[in-house]
Amino acid sequence: MAYDGNDKVLEEVTGKSYEFGFTTDIESDKAPAGLNEDIIRLISSKKEEPEWMLQWRLEAFAVWKKMEEPDWPHLQYEKPDYQAISYYSAPKQKKQLNSLDEVDPEMRKTMDKLGISMEEQKRLSGVAVDFVMDSVSVATSFKEKLGELGIIFCSMSEAVKEHPELVRKYLGSVIPTKDNFFSALNAAVFTDGSFCYIPKGVRCPMELSTYFRINESGTGQFERTLVVADEASYVSYLEGCTAPQRDENQLHAAVVELVALDEAEIKYSTVQNWYPGDAEGKGGVFNFVTKRGICHRRSKISWTQVETGSAVTWKYPSCILKGDHSVGEFYSVAVTNNMQQADTGTKMIHLGKNTHSTIISKGISAGKSHNSYRGLVQVMPSADNARNFSQCDSLLMTDTSGAHTFPYIEVKNPTAKVEHEATTSKIGEDQIFYCLQRGIDEEQAISLIVNGYAKEVLNQLPMEFAVEAQKLLSISLEGSVG
Amino acid sequence: MVNIKELQASIGETPILKGLNLEIKPGEVHAIMGPNGSGKSTLASVLAGREDYDVTGGSVDFDGHDLMEMDATERARSGLFLAFQYPVEIPGVSNINFMRAAVNGKREHEGLEPIKGKDFLKLVKEKASLVELDGRLRNRSVNEGFSGGEKKRNEIFQMAMLEPRFAVLDETDSGLDIDALRIVANGVNAMRSPDRSFLVITHYQRLLDYIVPDFVHVLVNGKIVLSGDKDLALKLEEKGYDWIKEDVIA
Repeated sequence: MAYDGNDKVLEEVTGKSYEFGFTTDIESDKAPAGLNEDIIRLISSKKEEPEWMLQWRLEAFAVWKKMEEPDWPHLQYEKPDYQAISYYSAPKQKKQLNSLDEVDPEMRKTMDKLGISMEEQKRLSGVAVDFVMDSVSVATSFKEKLGELGIIFCSMSEAVKEHPELVRKYLGSVIPTKDNFFSALNAAVFTDGSFCYIPKGVRCPMELSTYFRINESGTGQFERTLVVADEASYVSYLEGCTAPQRDENQLHAAVVELVALDEAEIKYSTVQNWYPGDAEGKGGVFNFVTKRGICHRRSKISWTQVETGSAVTWKYPSCILKGDHSVGEFYSVAVTNNMQQADTGTKMIHLGKNTHSTIISKGISAGKSHNSYRGLVQVMPSADNARNFSQCDSLLMTDTSGAHTFPYIEVKNPTAKVEHEATTSKIGEDQIFYCLQRGIDEEQAISLIVNGYAKEVLNQLPMEFAVEAQKLLSISLEGSVG
Repeated sequence: MVNIKELQASIGETPILKGLNLEIKPGEVHAIMGPNGSGKSTLASVLAGREDYDVTGGSVDFDGHDLMEMDATERARSGLFLAFQYPVEIPGVSNINFMRAAVNGKREHEGLEPIKGKDFLKLVKEKASLVELDGRLRNRSVNEGFSGGEKKRNEIFQMAMLEPRFAVLDETDSGLDIDALRIVANGVNAMRSPDRSFLVITHYQRLLDYIVPDFVHVLVNGKIVLSGDKDLALKLEEKGYDWIKEDVIA
């Protein structure tokens, strides 16, 4: 098929929309289940995207159709029926509740334990507030300040319209659409996400967090994030939040791309707490995420993640160390409980000379869960004097849980130095008894021991995030020693 | 303060304590000696509430409460302290934070607010000087990379911080050189008071030169078979345990 331009496409799509049963009613503005070119055109037109964006999506779709869902992870789950999913629904207001009393009591209990303020609890659970909320005004002044520095921080949809030259240049530049099954799917159907650009030499004065985008649409099922740090700039980016997040969508396939140009630094921190399902593992979120950053000369990318949610996690935030003297870091704590499964780790690809990477992974398995670390350290022939240090520790809380480590090391340059350390231990009954004997209750004892174990990673998080993450770890493991 | 009557305990099917009787009054220091495998460490663990042991008979009264009805945390908060024979390492948890959690646990039990940061640091400084525990050891992870002597000094430091009513010292002298032994013993002696009692479990008489007990008991095969004053310890040092065993069997 050939297209003359945007207008033609729009016309075609809008002309066709009736056959999908569209109505103007906002609440039911939802595409029928299934994935085909028409649906992709629909998404693109609903988002008023330019032609190049649509073409990009269609190419991704063509690639995806030929791909197969990977079966190499150490995960067992029923593969989603991709034709049974609806790929577009208009951003709708969350159902407004009148007071916190209407919120699921379990969820409130958890939020209380996390120390989330009443105002914040209301915001998170969609309770109507009868005055201008602090965070909105904070967000406004925040945006003004960023604007003065030339920092762009907006939704991906807005970026496609307002900053097409940047999006076109960098979107898919780190994770090509054909990279893997889930990234191709995401490229074809993503509905929103975040875009961030830090100009040359600018040090972003605050942590950028999706939190500050609350008056724009919420997170989607297929989120797309792109962070570009221009030469000699710095940004710290926070994703997710510690509050439990429930979602009606079972499948989540996000893509995050980071670009650190010469001498830039990006610090990307994630706390992932999607609904893990009930104790039998029913109803949890499948979280298949592709995250990768590219480091140019003397730049640095640091990934820190605290993963406690989702029924199934498949996620390997990676760094391509392309520029000489570039640095990649990966700090991870992954907790699995009950029937949760996680297969997570990183890839450090050394291309440039004198590139350094560090991997610190701490897995914690409880209940009947399975927790796998999968990592690749690859030193290419061009990477003289590359260095890597990896440490992968596993902590078992029960006899019924499993910890697995799959480290891959490929070294093609004789000057490389690669170190790997791994340990597996069971939480010590002796350690717990020692705490109890000092008058510390069991819950707090486990919290102390687990947070001590994960300390190296938690230390990498921004302060206020770290405190919440500590509490989150304890809550995720409540009553889990056996 | 502590009244142990006909206490029986076992691990799995194996009985270890077979009807142990011991009364400890406020301010008293009792020493328990005995050959390997006689049940000394089991007694310490059972008193502290370790769940690996089944208490199959008898009773322990602690300040008018049934100790066996309390869980390990409650016992600790009520003023029972155990100095471990093998103190446990907890990587990533600083000694200071650990003690703060412990002190606040006890305060919560007593209906007090958590201790203020400034007061806590003052307390730490004061108590650490008792056992010459320097700042480096206070800020390191609990017992991680501590030498044998440092671990034992840390136990006594923790005891001083928690100011228990009743302290059980389980072979605190094992693995100590003479200087460390003196430091540990000085710490304990500084804490002796008319309303605090001690149960000192040891294999050797040496420790009792420094911590002089009011009573010495000999534990053999899960029972106290002989009691006396500090001179009994000297006799044991000289003659060993065999003569008692023969007496018991005879």
